[in-house]
Order: sequence, then structure tokens, then C-alpha cells
Amino acid sequence: MSQLESELSQLKEAILAMMALATEQLIKAQEAIENLDQELAQEIIHRESRMNAMELSIDRDCENMFALFNPVATDLRFVLAMLKINSELERIGDHAVGLAKYVLDNQVKFNGELTTKIELTEMFNMAIEMTNDVRIGFDNDSTKMVRKVFKKDLTLNNILKQSSDVIAEYVGNNPSAARQSLFLFSALRKLERVGDLTKNIAEQTIFYLEAEVVRHKEGKK
Amino acid sequence: MEAILNEQREAATKKVDRQVKLQAKNIDVFYSHFKALKNINLDIYENSVTAFIGPSGCGKSTFLRLFNRMNDYVEGFSMNGSILIDDKNIYDSKLVIEDLRKEVGMVFQKPNPFPKTIFENVAYGLKIQGIKDKNFIEERVVNSLQKVALFDEVKDDLNKSALALSGGQQQRLCIARTLAVEPSVILMDEPTSALDPIATAKIEELVYQLKEQYTIVMVTHNMQQASRVSDNTAFFYMGEMIEVGKTKNIFTKPENERTENYITGRFG
Repeated sequence: MSQLESELSQLKEAILAMMALATEQLIKAQEAIENLDQELAQEIIHRESRMNAMELSIDRDCENMFALFNPVATDLRFVLAMLKINSELERIGDHAVGLAKYVLDNQVKFNGELTTKIELTEMFNMAIEMTNDVRIGFDNDSTKMVRKVFKKDLTLNNILKQSSDVIAEYVGNNPSAARQSLFLFSALRKLERVGDLTKNIAEQTIFYLEAEVVRHKEGKK
Repeated sequence: MEAILNEQREAATKKVDRQVKLQAKNIDVFYSHFKALKNINLDIYENSVTAFIGPSGCGKSTFLRLFNRMNDYVEGFSMNGSILIDDKNIYDSKLVIEDLRKEVGMVFQKPNPFPKTIFENVAYGLKIQGIKDKNFIEERVVNSLQKVALFDEVKDDLNKSALALSGGQQQRLCIARTLAVEPSVILMDEPTSALDPIATAKIEELVYQLKEQYTIVMVTHNMQQASRVSDNTAFFYMGEMIEVGKTKNIFTKPENERTENYITGRFG
């Protein structure tokens, strides 16, 4: 293995580790919200600093790759994609922290009837599944696998779209639950954003593997 | 808005209308029994820089030297096919080699100034052509030195030996000597491989400016140089032209796996 190949391989490992951490943060956020587990929420916030450190380290590695190895063709696409994926992962981590903060700010367990109606669990499961799909696809250079997330992202968008009516109706009937309902709507929005960011990661993976830009091109996905 | 769109459309049309300056058709080259080039077909456009890349011995320099018939002097050389400049076959038996050399200048790997003064070096080609008008020669020398951004550096030393110049200055002098006879094509065979980074950057900048007026074909082993200065790149391997295309495509998404492996340093 040449020095460049060894560096590229290390970069891929670092991104895979960050992908795994991002998924883990989301799983913990789901658990913390469902069980109103403040300790777990604290742990998520604590682990965010690790994600931030990883982001800075990967950024620096990418800079070095450009400066020292002048990557071209597939190597160039790979480093460019890593730079963008790195930033998307960090933002997924931010959303996990945002979700954890609701748990710390909200001392009352979320209303089960409402969370069922707005499909909070489905939303969480789908977002987590998507981050897993891109990680496995990226690890195995499988664009077929990463392409799975595009359809799932549409499902997330639809759930969010429908939730606003459900929440409005619920608040109308239960004015005292307004604050909690706003929290939940905001949580859904964060999960929907996680879907968008995961979709971006899928697009970057396709760009790197197929030299195909699928951003803003619905037909090519 | 409409005006901007029209302007863009015009610019795009202009690009499409580029004229083919050099053409290689079904080129095979042999050195005795060794087949150095195999069925090469290539169009090179006017006012563009085309880079030939590939590992040593792939045939890129042989191919470059076809365009000014430098290979004619190599023992055992023979070829099939035709090389056209402005639609005229330069291997036509009626062609006068001196006329071709006037039209197609060449810059070599190592700067090769004559052991004469700076002025005489640049004026050399004109004198060979029999031009005697001193004012004309002086004007052309100054103009050529200005084109290669050397005039300001040597204007007080025109009668000093060219051999006293630095390597980078000598190479620019050689380019000025080429330009003085007003060619339309400039061939460059690894023009910066003997130069330091600053001198290399100056030559690259010069190439960028010269393409406004000349068609430039360059052989280079420096991949970054090819990507920086050329509009089109052709990749050669074992006597075949594996891939040719816009440089930005070759260096971001080459179509052929061998091109990809070569430019990413995985073989060659």
C-alpha cells in the first residue's frame, strides 16, 4: 500500500468511526427521550465534545491530503466527499445534543398518546436506520445501499408534514400541554434534519464512488 | 438579463467553433521493428494547450516530435498515417522542412541557448531566413523578449552572453527565440523539468499567456503542471493513446481505469 493509499484508508476509518458515533448518539437520544433519562442525556452532551474533536481532526487530515498529496480523480473526489461528510456528521451530532437538551429542560414525561400520534418512535427508528444504511454502504463502497436513504428521507418529510396538524389539534384540546407539544414538534424537525443530512452523506458517497453529482437532481437518485 | 444570457450563449458557441489546428490520423510509428506508436488519432485545437502525459517510454515524446518532423533524423524511423497542420499534410514530399520549422517552434527539456549574445540568440532564426533589415530585427527581438517577460530583466545586457543567464531565464530566452520567427504552433518537451519552482511558475504563466496567440503542445512528467496549464490532456501508455479529453475531466473523473491508476500514482 502506498503512503497515499494508507492515508486514504485511515481517513475512511476515521469517518466510519464518526458515523458509528453519530448513530450511537441518536440511539441514546431516543432512549433518553422515551425514558426521560437525564443521566443519559448528560452523557450525550458529554460525548459531543468527542465528535467535535473528531471533526477537527478529520478536517486537518483532509487539509494535509490536499497540501501534501495533491489528490486527483477518485482520490480527489474521496477527500472532497470526506470533508463534506465530516461536516454533516458533526451536525447530526449537534441534533442529538439538541434532543438530549429537551430531556434536561423538560421534567415531565412526554404524553404517550401524542408521541404515538405524531409517530415519534417511527421517526427516530427511520433516522437511525438511515444513518446505519449510509455507514454500511460507505464502508462497502455500495451506492445501492446508500441510495436506500432517499426513499426513507421522503417518509421522514411526510411524517413531519402531517405532525403539525396533529399537534395543533392536541394543543387546542390540551392548552396546558403547549410547551411539551412545541418540544415534540421541534424534536421531529431535528429528526427530519438528520434525514436531510444523512441524504447529503449518501449524495457525497455516490459522488465519490460514481463521479456522479446527484445533488439537486431528483431523477438521478 | 437577456443580454447576459445572449453573451453566455455566444461564448459557448465560440468554444464549440474552435478550429482544429493539428490533426494526427491513423499514426503508427516504428523504430526499425519496434512499434512505438499504435494507431493514434487526435485533433488539437487552435489557441489551446494540450498536454501529453504517460510513463517513460510510452511514446508521448515520439508523438510530439512528429509535428515538426524531428523523428526524421532518428535511425530506423518510419511511420504510417498523416499529420496535418491547417489541413496540410506535413509529411508531403513537396514540403520544405524550413517552412515547417518556421511554423512549428520547439522548446526542449534543457535550455539550449547558442554561445552567442542574448540579442543574437533571439535574432538567429530571422537571420537564417535571410532578413537583413536591422530595425525590423531589433523590433522583433525586443517584442519577443517582452512576450516572454524577459526584456525588463535583460534590456541592459542584450550584448552579453546568453550563457550567463540563469536556467529559467535561458529557457525563456529559448522560447523568445522560437517566437521571433512567428510560429503558430509551439511544441514543448518537458520545458520545466530542469528548472526550480519559481522559474517553473514563470514558464507556466507564460504558457497561459501565449495560448492566446499560439497553439501549444506540451509533454510533461509533472502531473500538476499538466492539470494547471493545459486545456486538454492525452494519456499515452505503451504506444497507445488511452484517453484524451478536457484536462478538468481527466483529472477529476477519467473514463479509463489505466488513466485513473496513472494519474493517482498507482502505476507508472
